[in-house]
Amino acid sequence: MKALTVILLLLVSCPAFAVLPDEMLKDPVMETRARDISKQLRCLVCQGEDIDESNAGLAGDIRRLVRERLTAGDSDAAVLAFVQERYGDYVLMKPPVKPATWLLWGAPLLVLLAGLAIALRYIRRLPKGGE
Amino acid sequence: MNLRAFLPFGIFICMVGLFAVPLLQGKDPAILPSAMIGKKMPSFTLPVAAGAGQLSGADMLQDNKPFLVNFFASWCATCRGEQQVLAAFAQKTGVAVYGIDYKDTKKDVAAWLDRHGNPFRATGFDVEGRVAIDFGVYGVPETFLVGGDGVIRYKHVGALTQADMDSVFGPLLEKTK
Repeated sequence: MKALTVILLLLVSCPAFAVLPDEMLKDPVMETRARDISKQLRCLVCQGEDIDESNAGLAGDIRRLVRERLTAGDSDAAVLAFVQERYGDYVLMKPPVKPATWLLWGAPLLVLLAGLAIALRYIRRLPKGGE
Repeated sequence: MNLRAFLPFGIFICMVGLFAVPLLQGKDPAILPSAMIGKKMPSFTLPVAAGAGQLSGADMLQDNKPFLVNFFASWCATCRGEQQVLAAFAQKTGVAVYGIDYKDTKKDVAAWLDRHGNPFRATGFDVEGRVAIDFGVYGVPETFLVGGDGVIRYKHVGALTQADMDSVFGPLLEKTK
């Protein structure tokens, strides 16, 4: 019974958000866009987190900046570019595809191909015709 | 001899090399490369930290000579001790050093500069940290070398030591116009 209560309480509780109520935009569409952009920006102080979930001061400043740019009429891409211009590719949670990152993006495919080659060689060496 | 037997060992050695090189270079992974190097210094106007008046990017460019911009704060423990290093460097090279006080109070910064020394020709007061964001600053202290043409040449993250001035800022300044 106790366990059930705990589970029920966990289900109804909501997680604590880093985004403070006074940061949020009144327009829900704009706020959704801001949240979406924030999830694509890395917190520079904490490094593992995006700025949407970080409680660091700088993350809060950049969240506010994102909302300001959006309110000023910037597109989502323009807001991301604005932050990237100042902090570099590192600030993007998803590194951009460019010559310096081809190996990074291509690595999974390379590993898959290598695995396929090894598997093929192994299968070819199996004695033919029998179990 | 069967070379293939050594393949796993070979891969192991490659992995060791891959991890050892950055470790031995002693690079701090928390220090991020600046995206601002080679770009124009952002334009800004800030109130000064002491008294009335303003400090702008244009003010810093007035001499057409290279200068340093040091982001600091009175609440920043790492920033203590940089003042002597900066003052000595300014005296030796004649370079202008500007301070930008990050998210501070005017009262605190005045007392702090009195206590630790004030190497700055002028100090801007960036209470919201917006100018810092335009410079790509992610923590204090950070120090920029800017050319007389307004192009950012170098950024140092963390406290400055005499060794940083002698081995990095000094030679860079000589090359910068």
